[in-house]
Amino acid sequence: MFSRAYKTVVTVPPLLWVTGFLLAPYLLMFCYSFWSVSPQQVIVHSWNLENYTDLLRKAVYRQTLLRSMWIAARVMLFSLLLGYPLAYFLSFYAGKRKDLLYQLVIIPLWVSYLVRAYAWKTILGSDGVLNTLLQYVHLTKHPLDFLLYSPFAVVLTLTHIYTPFTFLPIYAALEHIPRNLVEASHDLGATPAQTFWKVILPLSIPGVVAGATFAFVLSLGDFLAPLLLGGPSGIMISNIVVSLFGAAYNWPMGAAISLGMLVIVVSLLFLSERLEKKWSFS
Amino acid sequence: MASPITPVTPLTANPQTAAKPALLNIRNVAKTFGRNPVLRNVSLEIAEGEFLTILGESGSGKTTLLRIIAGFETASSGELWMGPERLDHQPPYRRRVNTVFQNYALFPHLTVEQNVGYGLRVAKRPAAEIAHRVAEALDKVKMTAYAKSKPSKISGGQQQRVALARALVNRPRLLLLDEPLSALDANLRRQMQVELKSLQREVGIAFVFVTHDQEEAMVMSDRIALLRSGELEQVATPREIYNRPATAYVAQFIGHTNLLKGEIQKGVARCASLTWPAPLPDGPVLFSLRPEHVRLAGAPAGRTNDTTVRIRGRVLHQAFHGATELIRVQCADGLVLILRTASDPEVHNEVELEFSAADAMLVRESPERT
Repeated sequence: MFSRAYKTVVTVPPLLWVTGFLLAPYLLMFCYSFWSVSPQQVIVHSWNLENYTDLLRKAVYRQTLLRSMWIAARVMLFSLLLGYPLAYFLSFYAGKRKDLLYQLVIIPLWVSYLVRAYAWKTILGSDGVLNTLLQYVHLTKHPLDFLLYSPFAVVLTLTHIYTPFTFLPIYAALEHIPRNLVEASHDLGATPAQTFWKVILPLSIPGVVAGATFAFVLSLGDFLAPLLLGGPSGIMISNIVVSLFGAAYNWPMGAAISLGMLVIVVSLLFLSERLEKKWSFS
Repeated sequence: MASPITPVTPLTANPQTAAKPALLNIRNVAKTFGRNPVLRNVSLEIAEGEFLTILGESGSGKTTLLRIIAGFETASSGELWMGPERLDHQPPYRRRVNTVFQNYALFPHLTVEQNVGYGLRVAKRPAAEIAHRVAEALDKVKMTAYAKSKPSKISGGQQQRVALARALVNRPRLLLLDEPLSALDANLRRQMQVELKSLQREVGIAFVFVTHDQEEAMVMSDRIALLRSGELEQVATPREIYNRPATAYVAQFIGHTNLLKGEIQKGVARCASLTWPAPLPDGPVLFSLRPEHVRLAGAPAGRTNDTTVRIRGRVLHQAFHGATELIRVQCADGLVLILRTASDPEVHNEVELEFSAADAMLVRESPERT
């Protein structure tokens, strides 16, 4: 159907791109992760597994990784709790205002991530909007200091930032449910609540899985929110990677952690794809 | 002598159903979408155990009427009564009415068996009863072998049966069917028409069947309610609606017909060059003459005592329909008549036609509606 030349022209550039900017860097990282740094701050090209054993054995890496996963899990949970009802309302009850409300959910995505993170800083800080308000109405006497520079601040910010990412696939899944299935359910005597649990929720599972994966994976690798709002107790694994590649100058260790995360993320994506397939019926 | 003139059939009077108690009363139901009237002042009674077909072209409002009965739409005005109970104030899940949807609307995530058991499960019936009734319903529609299959794995005809079982298993008082056969191919469709009809006889539940196919309506129904632009044109048995169409629209919609526009002058009907005695008040009239009542001169006559009307013409077109043929004949004065004859290739170019005056049925002009 298409000429050989045409096929070459359209396939070669993306192949080169993927090789040059994705595969080659990954391969480089892969090599680095088996090397080490000498006390003289020189990278030694001797192959060993020490970085990986450190990743599992050293408390700082293990705990930070676990904390990152715990933060990501909470972000996932909260964005589902916010995103699902929002998507459900929009898809089933918004009527004529559907498009407008949809745009309102999307608009925050146009605002720079950094701006949104900073906004939370001004809200949560000890002289911030929230603390001032709480003291003004005499609910608290002193500024609450757990609001900023804590895992709480990181979870809050990431939930704010990633809820639209959970909302979108759930909304798409809900929009794809044929409305006559909802009618059929009512027709057969199911109340709106029964219809939700027995028809709508099961049929929106692929969207929920996709949305949950987005929130978890994106949060897990985040480094700006913990950097700006996390404080020492809110450090996440990406912050460690950043410092290992920077001030700490331990590229091999940084590469090992990055590849470890890559393995986690890829297996999650694989799992979520399996789940989505299992729950899709169209 | 039998008068050729039959009084226009009143919309609801029906000897067959008058004796049976009314199951559902539709009273003056109207529906407008925005400023667009879809149903106007529809009143209809559905009897216990009756097979009623709502027949109409697309856009006639037949599906809207069905959706109002099911509860998916609310009427702009009018009432629905099921016995002493006002139905239109109830949500669909409280009505003892079930629907077979046009595209079946089977739940894709549930097996055939789970689909059929859905209504009983949400009604929280005991598990043993559910299992028993589901098995019975699947057996009735011959789908037992597919109990564990997902809907996507079975054919359209089979999905159709499952949808039927899923509705009937709840023992509704009224079953609504929204063009359920329209997605099936012609053969399967004819087969399902027969099956559906005998199933209805067997379960004794009143069926309200929506279709745009007049043949299907004729084959299956006890009564046909013909909708046109949101208003009922005629409600009658298939025989009555065919033999005594109330309006020109009905006569044309159901089967083929010749519409003869003419005038009555002093007890004589005049239509182009045709005349026959008709004891009617003077004024413009419209007659419907079925093609099978027009015959080639010399063919054996159906009625012998009546005035026979004769006209000469030239054959325009001959369409073979198997057992019969439809022949279009150009007569004098621009009049074109269609006649149905037994299949016979020996038709001359120039023919003489005749019909009994009694077979020309007076019909009302259908009013313009938009």
